[in-house]
Amino acid sequence: MFSFVARRLAVAVPTLLILVIISFILMYAAPGGPFNSERPLPPEVLANIEAKYGLDQPFWKRIVDYIWGVVAHFDFGPSFKFKDRSVNDIIAQGFPVTLTYGAISFLVAIVVGISLGTAAAIRQNTWLDYLAVGISIGAQVLPNFVMAPILLLTFTLWLGWLPGGGWNGGEWPYLVMPVIALSTSYMASIARITRSSMLEVLNINFIRTAKAKGLPMRRVIWKHAMKPAMLPVLSYLGPAFVGMITGSVVIDSFFSTGGIGTFFVNSAFTRDYSVMMGITILVGALTIIFNLLVDVLYAWIDPKIRY
Amino acid sequence: MPLGQSEIALAIFIIKSNYGSSAPLRRMRQRKPRAGKRHFYWEILMTLKTTLKATTAAVLFLSGTTVFADGHATHPVTGEVLATDQSFTYRDLDESPSIDPGMAEDSAGGDILRDLFEGLMAQDGDGNLIPGVATGYTVSDDKLVYTFTLRDNAKWSNGEPVTAGDFEYAWKRAASPELASPYSWYIELMSLVNASEVIAGDKDPSELGVTATDDHTLVVTLTQPLPYFPQMVTHYTTFPVPQAVVEEFGADWTKPGNMVSNGAYVLTEHVPQEKLVRERNVNYWDNENTIIEKTTSLVINDENVALTRFLAGELDRTEVPSGQFPALEAEYPNDIMSVPNACSYYYTINMTETGNPALQDAGVRKALSMAVDRDVIVDNVLAGGQKAAYTFTHWATAGFETPDIAEASMTQADRNAEGVALMEAAGYGKDNPLTVDLIYNTSDAHKGIAIAISQMWKQTLGVETVLSNEEWQVFLETRGNQDYQIARAGWCADYTEASTFLDLMQSESGYNDAKYNNPEVDALLAHAKTADNPQADYTAVEQIIARDVPIIPIYHYSADKMLRHTVKGWAYDNFQQNWYSKDLYKVAGE
Repeated sequence: MFSFVARRLAVAVPTLLILVIISFILMYAAPGGPFNSERPLPPEVLANIEAKYGLDQPFWKRIVDYIWGVVAHFDFGPSFKFKDRSVNDIIAQGFPVTLTYGAISFLVAIVVGISLGTAAAIRQNTWLDYLAVGISIGAQVLPNFVMAPILLLTFTLWLGWLPGGGWNGGEWPYLVMPVIALSTSYMASIARITRSSMLEVLNINFIRTAKAKGLPMRRVIWKHAMKPAMLPVLSYLGPAFVGMITGSVVIDSFFSTGGIGTFFVNSAFTRDYSVMMGITILVGALTIIFNLLVDVLYAWIDPKIRY
Repeated sequence: MPLGQSEIALAIFIIKSNYGSSAPLRRMRQRKPRAGKRHFYWEILMTLKTTLKATTAAVLFLSGTTVFADGHATHPVTGEVLATDQSFTYRDLDESPSIDPGMAEDSAGGDILRDLFEGLMAQDGDGNLIPGVATGYTVSDDKLVYTFTLRDNAKWSNGEPVTAGDFEYAWKRAASPELASPYSWYIELMSLVNASEVIAGDKDPSELGVTATDDHTLVVTLTQPLPYFPQMVTHYTTFPVPQAVVEEFGADWTKPGNMVSNGAYVLTEHVPQEKLVRERNVNYWDNENTIIEKTTSLVINDENVALTRFLAGELDRTEVPSGQFPALEAEYPNDIMSVPNACSYYYTINMTETGNPALQDAGVRKALSMAVDRDVIVDNVLAGGQKAAYTFTHWATAGFETPDIAEASMTQADRNAEGVALMEAAGYGKDNPLTVDLIYNTSDAHKGIAIAISQMWKQTLGVETVLSNEEWQVFLETRGNQDYQIARAGWCADYTEASTFLDLMQSESGYNDAKYNNPEVDALLAHAKTADNPQADYTAVEQIIARDVPIIPIYHYSADKMLRHTVKGWAYDNFQQNWYSKDLYKVAGE
């Protein structure tokens, strides 16, 4: 196991490096630049700015300097657009926000999704099953950019229960709508995967044996069926978790949460190269880490898997 | 100021009565679930009851207003009863790139900076020049040397006096290649001696034409007379900057806690992409006349979300979402405003050989312009306070008299007939249709207009239009490289004088994407720079543009906003919509 983890981590470094290089090339290949605007800057002004951000350097030097800055100083450079802050500042401010609402949404999605899916599987083809499937399909087809305004109209304008947006340091009234909007579609996917995988497991011989020896259903589910039924769910959860904690531009822009989701998407539009790279690396690194974590959990759950 | 995808939207605001940290809880307990508008009054009522504190009353008392025994203050001039809660909350579309006066580059940042800092001169609600840190100025006979006299009671928020040296430092800093400000060109636009050389790095910033001869005297030397120069020193790039603070904190000096400013407000909270809070600066020289205690800008990307939050009472000001003006005006007549906004929307036509050969013919260009039914665009597509444009210069520009353009007074039927005749003369018609490409940057608003216009061209002239949209950065490059035939464009005034628009028609202008080159226009524009009354030149230029049609003016912008009716003192007649929180106040709501 240890050597497996070590091997995977060793592969992660070149993976990230390739990610950085490819993103870097793609980014500079895109037309336009961070300092374009409807009013083109006079050439001498542009020259000063390019010199300040090192854009007058040859491409290979820019990429080497960038990687060196990240590796040696953990410095992702200054933001090209937000002139008063560095990429480190932006991530330090935005990532805790997305991490908070993302992690809470993740917990909500898991708890509700697995419960719904399991209940539906146990009571297959009953009203409970149909209800659970109905809810999850409904939640799946309602995209969060539709959900967000509906929540806002309901809870802010009509009922007046919740503030319409903002973060305010993560106080709970500010969390409710982002969490609902972000978790529903994940919850729906988890419910569907859980249901089908649970149905499959419940038909396997060892479950029949467990039932035959007179174990109560609750014990059969918890003790015997849950672990194997979770395997497909688990492989979904790794990327889902990363997707949730790295933020959603929909959540950030509808609820003004100030997370990194908006920064990420806007950086692509405004060609804010350094912010785009910084967040790409963050998402890439988290993806690698959580995929590794899922693999390790797999081995723990399923004794058949060996490394 | 250019009008980009982001900047168009950057002209957006909302207001909200501010809540402390326990606010949502308080609201949850107190607020009864009722429909939209009533909430606000309920809230006002609650706010009145709960936030009436001795401190507030004391501050209001100190600020020169009368406080009655029951706690209601009145406005010192108008006598209106003031609301207890003097906080103003508005919407910004996006986070501003910078709130450093030397680095700032967008209008939303300008709104923030006008509260935090004070320049030599300022504007009143009508856009007239009023004293700021300077009490006045004198100008030399050759109109090249301006001498500003600074008031002696101006202070920084840390209590230090504001000196002429602070301005000298700020201007030299803004121009320096070391700071590399995207707005350093503004110093060049001001025509300061050596500005171009300093920016290009050929001369040291110390040689810039601005000198503090003593703490209260600032002498500015220009390379050419600029009639509108005093207006230019109301812009944020010219605001003073505290040298000691900048040197102590470096780029972090604009963070709350570090920032020292000389305006009516100080920065107290800033969470990028969420909010920015500024509160009364007790060291401001005119603090006693400030009524608004706290101004908050909330970043809300989606205009419909912002409108919902306005209706829920969280904001005092926001944009009217496009196309919703008539409906909102009918429902909330007291909470909506529409004033001219200093921008023009137009199509630019590529006049170089990379363009469409048919469009080299002025007659064809004129026909396309004639066939655009501007009234349909402004009344049906936009449905706000916009006005049909036949001139490039915005109709409301100060001192500008809209010249007589023949087609402006024609009926659309006549315009169409003339357009058809011009097309036929050029050899095009329904049998031999002209095909043109039209590009716009991706946006539903631009798309709607482009579709409407392509239909007009098709129906009237039989012209086939190939529409395509491009992502903003790609679009700028395509248009800037003359890799287009017809492209959408917008331009906002940098100052209130017609040359801010018409200079784009100058052959050497970097913003002349049509590459229009007419020596007559160049000569007229050069003459206008020093003329005592340049109106005749501007009239001639507009008439030549209408004849040559390098651009097709479509409409002049208006600022359509929701503004809570309890907010008073708004700068309605300020053409650039430069407003100052210190001029606002909230009256008690009914």
